[in-house]
Amino acid sequence: MDWTWFHKLASPPHFYRIAGRLAPGLGWPALVLILAGLYGGLVFAPADFQQGDGFRILYVHAPSAWLSMFIYAMMAIAAGIGLIWRMKLAHAVAIAAAPIGAWFTFLALATGSLWGKPMWGTWWVWDARLTSELILLFLYLGFLALHASIDDTQRADRAAAVLALVGIVNLPIIHYSVYWWNTLHQGSTITKLGRPSITLDMLWPLLVMLVGFTLFFGAVLTRRVQAEVLRRERNAAWLRAELAR
Amino acid sequence: MIRTPAGRAMLLLYRRDLLLAFRRREQLLQPVVFFVMITTLFPLALSPELTQLRQIAGGVLWVAALLAALLALEGLFRADQEDGTLEQLLLAGQPLGLLAIARTGAHWTITGLPLVLVSPVLALALGVPAGALWTLSISLALGTGILSSLGSVGAALTVGVRRGGVLLSLLVLPLLMPALIFGARAVDMAIRGDAARGPLLLLAAMCVLALTLAPLATAAALRISAE
Repeated sequence: MDWTWFHKLASPPHFYRIAGRLAPGLGWPALVLILAGLYGGLVFAPADFQQGDGFRILYVHAPSAWLSMFIYAMMAIAAGIGLIWRMKLAHAVAIAAAPIGAWFTFLALATGSLWGKPMWGTWWVWDARLTSELILLFLYLGFLALHASIDDTQRADRAAAVLALVGIVNLPIIHYSVYWWNTLHQGSTITKLGRPSITLDMLWPLLVMLVGFTLFFGAVLTRRVQAEVLRRERNAAWLRAELAR
Repeated sequence: MIRTPAGRAMLLLYRRDLLLAFRRREQLLQPVVFFVMITTLFPLALSPELTQLRQIAGGVLWVAALLAALLALEGLFRADQEDGTLEQLLLAGQPLGLLAIARTGAHWTITGLPLVLVSPVLALALGVPAGALWTLSISLALGTGILSSLGSVGAALTVGVRRGGVLLSLLVLPLLMPALIFGARAVDMAIRGDAARGPLLLLAAMCVLALTLAPLATAAALRISAE
């Protein structure tokens, strides 16, 4: 198999150009899909039998929760690639993805809490899902804090990468232990929001939103990686040539 | 094992760490005193009723022990980095992961073990029945072992960082939450008279996993920090 495309990706000028072309290609479809999904979710989908219109926050909550976990996994993979093949660009991707992941985690927690107030009657429940999402936020914050506290960029990259890998090994353990903790602690007084069979009318806007959010993440990520490359390569000759064009 | 050069290096490092710790005995006592103090705060803050204290004793002892062991973690590699010993360890030609195990073991012997030994006394003061003391000691021994090995990764990552203490707790505490869940739960079950074997075995599994994988991450982190 020909691996040149992979090695080419490691070159900052090449990646910078690809990312510049990719960002609008991801961003516009994301906008269209999110608008369509919002319209579908807020207008088309029928009100829930038990929850009324309150369930509609699902269309923001579920995609955020999905992205919070997807981004952590992606970040850890990028960090691992950076450590193993010493690919500096992979580190740039990891550090560019982390704040987006942290914000999506925060968004998932905030929307979950807003949803919880009318449905469960409190802003916060020590539910297994909420708790493991909160711990995930701590992991993101630790990654960012470690990276920010080391001055030398290369050392910061690699130290944070080790932490990301330790985190991804621990994530399943944390996830399952939190479930176990909660099930032992109390029977499920809060059933997982009765959606045994979600109707198609409710489902398609959700799927559209999932894809839309993921594309949106891709667009923001490519822009952020571009910015990161600009910052890191600020003295490089290719950059001057690129900007002068 | 001990006859091999790597085994000898591990043993020498372990012995050196213990010797250094015993030369500064006041520092050795600090985590234990901290543990006792934190535990004393709870009856003062909540209520002196033993029936009430018994209900929260497992959680209180566990949180206090984790924080006390965390306190001593910050300096795990600092002195070595300042006087150049760390570079000598990297250059020693022995597998760095094994040396990390020796250092982790020394940290556990110096901070974890005294906490385990003191904990039954504190537990009795919180109204824990005598039958639960064994579970408490075993769970704390495993839990501080997990803290020492996962914490050594954090300490190695933050060795060159200014004001690394707060950062270290931010890095290590989320990783310790599973151990806290199972450990405190085991003690709680034992206090209520249930069999606590299940959570204890899970805790032991976690300890084995941490002891196996964490030294490799510590070695990688030390190499990065010493660049």
